[in-house]
Amino acid sequence: MSEMNRRDALKVLGIAPLAASIGVAPTHLERVARRMEALETAGATAAAPTFFTAHEWATVRLLVDYIIPRDARSGSATDAKVPEFIDFLMSDKEASPSSKTAMHGGLAWLDNECQHRFSKMFVTATDAQRRQVLDDIAWPKKAPPEMSHGVMFFSRFRDLTASGFFSSQMGWQDVQYKGNLALPAWNGCPPEALAKLGVSY
Amino acid sequence: MYDVCIVGSGAGGGMAAHALTKAGANVVLLEAGPSFYASRDTKMLMPAYASPRRGASTKTRPFGEFDACDGGWEIEGEPYTVAPGNKFLWWRARMLGGRTNHWGRISLRFGPRDFQGKTRDGLGDDWPIGYDDVAPYYDRVDRLIGLFGSHENLPNEPNGVFQPPPKPRCYELLVKKASDKLNVTCIPARLSILTQPLNGRLSCHYCGQCNRGCGVKANFSSPDVLIAPALATGRLTLMTNAMVREVTVGKDGLATGVSYIDKLTGLDKHVDARIVVLAASACESSRILLNSKSSLFPQGLANGSGTVGKYLTDTTGTDLAGFIPAMADHVPHNEDGVGGMHLYMPWWLDNTKLDFPRGYHIEVWGGLYAPSAGFMGGIERYPGGGGYGKQLKDDYRKYYGATIGFSGRGEMIPNDESYLEIDPNVVDRWGIPVARFHWGWTDHELNQVKHMHETFRALITEMGGQIFSPMPTKEQGYNISTGGQIIHELGGTRMGNDPKTSVVNANCQAHECKNLFVSDGGPFVSQADKNPTWTILALSWRTADFIAGQRKEGAL
Repeated sequence: MSEMNRRDALKVLGIAPLAASIGVAPTHLERVARRMEALETAGATAAAPTFFTAHEWATVRLLVDYIIPRDARSGSATDAKVPEFIDFLMSDKEASPSSKTAMHGGLAWLDNECQHRFSKMFVTATDAQRRQVLDDIAWPKKAPPEMSHGVMFFSRFRDLTASGFFSSQMGWQDVQYKGNLALPAWNGCPPEALAKLGVSY
Repeated sequence: MYDVCIVGSGAGGGMAAHALTKAGANVVLLEAGPSFYASRDTKMLMPAYASPRRGASTKTRPFGEFDACDGGWEIEGEPYTVAPGNKFLWWRARMLGGRTNHWGRISLRFGPRDFQGKTRDGLGDDWPIGYDDVAPYYDRVDRLIGLFGSHENLPNEPNGVFQPPPKPRCYELLVKKASDKLNVTCIPARLSILTQPLNGRLSCHYCGQCNRGCGVKANFSSPDVLIAPALATGRLTLMTNAMVREVTVGKDGLATGVSYIDKLTGLDKHVDARIVVLAASACESSRILLNSKSSLFPQGLANGSGTVGKYLTDTTGTDLAGFIPAMADHVPHNEDGVGGMHLYMPWWLDNTKLDFPRGYHIEVWGGLYAPSAGFMGGIERYPGGGGYGKQLKDDYRKYYGATIGFSGRGEMIPNDESYLEIDPNVVDRWGIPVARFHWGWTDHELNQVKHMHETFRALITEMGGQIFSPMPTKEQGYNISTGGQIIHELGGTRMGNDPKTSVVNANCQAHECKNLFVSDGGPFVSQADKNPTWTILALSWRTADFIAGQRKEGAL
């Protein structure tokens, strides 16, 4: 790989200019940036899923966007490649057989429920019909007892969706995570945050 | 023929190599794992999205894929066994520097009381040495390695040679306020992370990723801080991927060196040395000694007392987090700080007034973590109750960072149920008989952990917080950690004045084999309400000085 200059390294890292702190390990930043590029190439997710069937893939792509839709601040779960993240995790050699069963089974449960109610699959049901089912499984404390398997599946699927969305670059920006930087100094809690919490130094 | 052979390159082994090479000895250091230098190999500053796994844990990196430590609870081909009905987890860090690559950098001196447990309450045993014997070495370690902290003049939390501590984070100020209200002592943490440059190492840049290993050597890990300078003396030979299986002895009962497996070739080899220092970690060193059987030492080398593997302890541990509504809708800012707490609570109560004999300290965590795999799992426990869509997305934004967590780390009393021996049936893939662990907590530890939960709940309540789980019951063991889980194993080769009840003497020299020493957590007579690493470093340096002195006199 050709030598990267510092500006390229910073661009790939997506880190705002570290002007004041650049005295710290510029060679290390280049090393990190190179590794990131290598990882992106090596881990570049395949166009087709390796865990989900084609039908499951269509279901997942719909479901994640019900969970985290696009809004004024940031894109949707599919925009952040959350389905690819979930497919990667489920295909990984570290994935447990029970988690794989739970994923296949949970998606099938969802289809079974839609068949039962509307004689449709989740993907062919209407938006209102899908929401009818989701409304019954998205709030565990209010869910009808007979929905318990769907509640279990949806809670875990929601966790995975949030995991994939907020750990993406889009997600970091959405929650305004300001860290992962090399700072020249530590200034503690900013005045606005001190005031909000009613604490002081 | 080397002057000294050291087994293990962690805190104890690295310090022994550093001190002994500086004293002029020709040293060989054997490490079971491969080479690793945080300054070269760290994944510091890699964002979660640099990996398709987003930082999730793997089998070889259970604390997260970016964590420095290679090894873990289960190592392929290197099993251990646990007695039926018992539970024990054994962490092996198979890499140069061992656990010092990813540890929490919590660097607490034992206090005067910690060496005199039996005198205080009749439990366990006293050390044959006291704080005054170790203090000069704590000072030296502070100056060589560096740590931050504050002079508090507390009776059992000795002041060190401290660099300035970093200011508390926002949520830590909330913790401080609540602690003050509840009369829980809360002071700046003491971590071996530089806030000022030291000995050619840069100071911390507050990325909060110490566990990944530091690319600029601002925190302590053995390879960058101890082994590299030792190599620079020209008197250190480093052998990695070398799995030691036993210490060999001659007809005179003195150690002659170690036999090891070269992992890369599978060949059995031997290294000759005039002195052997075991620092393979407490359990591993015990295992080596027990496997070093000969006609002169049928129970294992240096084990005439039968106490090798005995008096094994770990720190007690439990955690609790709370959702703090006052922290919702956070003010965006960089809250990373150092890779650890800026404040903590040292043991503050009088055990004579409680139903458990020894104390614990409290570690603090929470706030605005870098979002990675597992981000805000269990959102249904929060006020929104779960949901999906815009309401959910807004809930994640609202509640991100609004958590404070506490971890208790307490002192266990050695007991007869907790020890290791050699499994009579199982060998690892190198042909080395494996360790078999026995473990039991007693009410001394269970009552202590119950108190931890009561304290955490009081603190969280004082901060107006909500706890999502009920108070654990005695049947649940008050959610006490599994033995070994805190990764502070001590004992197994305990020191003492009586060769009938101890393995090494006050200089960490084996009673029965005067050219054999132990320089890891093995010689500890007791735990404390404090983490052991700083004391491992100080004792290792002290032992190295003793060895150097003996060599000078011609006694070794």
